[in-house]
Amino acid sequence: MFLVATIALLISIIFILLRLYFSETLFDRVLAVNAFGTIAVVLIGVVGFLSNRPDFLDIALLYALINFLGTIAILKYFRYRSIGDINDISQNSSGEN
Amino acid sequence: MEIFEILLNVLSWIFVLVGSFLMVLGAIGILRFHGFWARLHAASVIESGGMIFLLAGMCLQAGDFLIFFKLAFIGLFLFITGPTSTHALASAALLDRSKPKKESN
Amino acid sequence: MKNVILSFTILLGTWLLLSGVYKTLIIAFGLFSVILTIFFVRRMDKFDRYQVKFDIRFFKFIGYFIWLLGEIAKSNIQVIKTILQGDKNINQKMFYKKTTQASDIGKVIFANSITLTPGTISVSIEGGDILVHSLNFKETDLDGLSEMDKRITNIEVSK
Repeated sequence: MFLVATIALLISIIFILLRLYFSETLFDRVLAVNAFGTIAVVLIGVVGFLSNRPDFLDIALLYALINFLGTIAILKYFRYRSIGDINDISQNSSGEN
Repeated sequence: MEIFEILLNVLSWIFVLVGSFLMVLGAIGILRFHGFWARLHAASVIESGGMIFLLAGMCLQAGDFLIFFKLAFIGLFLFITGPTSTHALASAALLDRSKPKKESN
Repeated sequence: MKNVILSFTILLGTWLLLSGVYKTLIIAFGLFSVILTIFFVRRMDKFDRYQVKFDIRFFKFIGYFIWLLGEIAKSNIQVIKTILQGDKNINQKMFYKKTTQASDIGKVIFANSITLTPGTISVSIEGGDILVHSLNFKETDLDGLSEMDKRITNIEVSK
């Protein structure tokens, strides 16, 4: 059962990597990386079940945290050109609440 | 007890197969659609449907409360952060695109 | 004080359930980090007075969650149909949707629910309106969104 899931996840990773290679804009790449991260979290869990090592779930949890933070940090940099404190939000933001 | 175990196995087979199917379809959608905004919707199939079904299938095979809790924790975390990062991505991409006229309905 | 006890219980419970090692030393580490976390959070509260209120009815929220899972399944089928047919004939549209929630947390739940159901994505929140992008826009989608809006307003604690 988990072998089927692993193969399916690897096939979807190949599709997403193709999209990453043939991407048109910057945001396409961020989208592909974000979807890749979600699939990678599930793949780590599935491989843990496949090899009977439930410790892998800790790594999956950690990867989920890093994936979220990484996406948010990249997008924040695109938007405000700074990862740290933003002092002049009122100049840049348009409708962000 | 025998019947119960068979039922559990069948159910988790169904969940895992449906989840894998949704994952592959979402990836095909990301590859196939034209334009960033359509691809965003294909990615949300991966982030909601595929993730929920695969984690539910794994939960049924857990057999230990701690493993079940970890899976549920991962699921809850992805359930909250997935839409948040999609929203951040859409909101950042909105700067490149003109907004529609404001008329609520 | 009530908040401190609540967060202490939740954090320590999370530690115990995630670690799975019940030795004295490890539990002591857990207690130490929980107390440190609560100390830091209290200290941060002194700098900005912005408090996030979580004014929702818990049991109604569980009911809403189950309803939302059904909606996610339904809209997944719609998007899969679109993926299989290709995107030649789809009608992408961006529109504003009015919200009726009073609190911030209600709006956050609404926007996150819109994004969770494939086919619609909340792009930005501007005051009382949410900018929604729809993959294949039909007039009936607006009714679905209005029902979701009504259900979320229902789980809020009314003042």
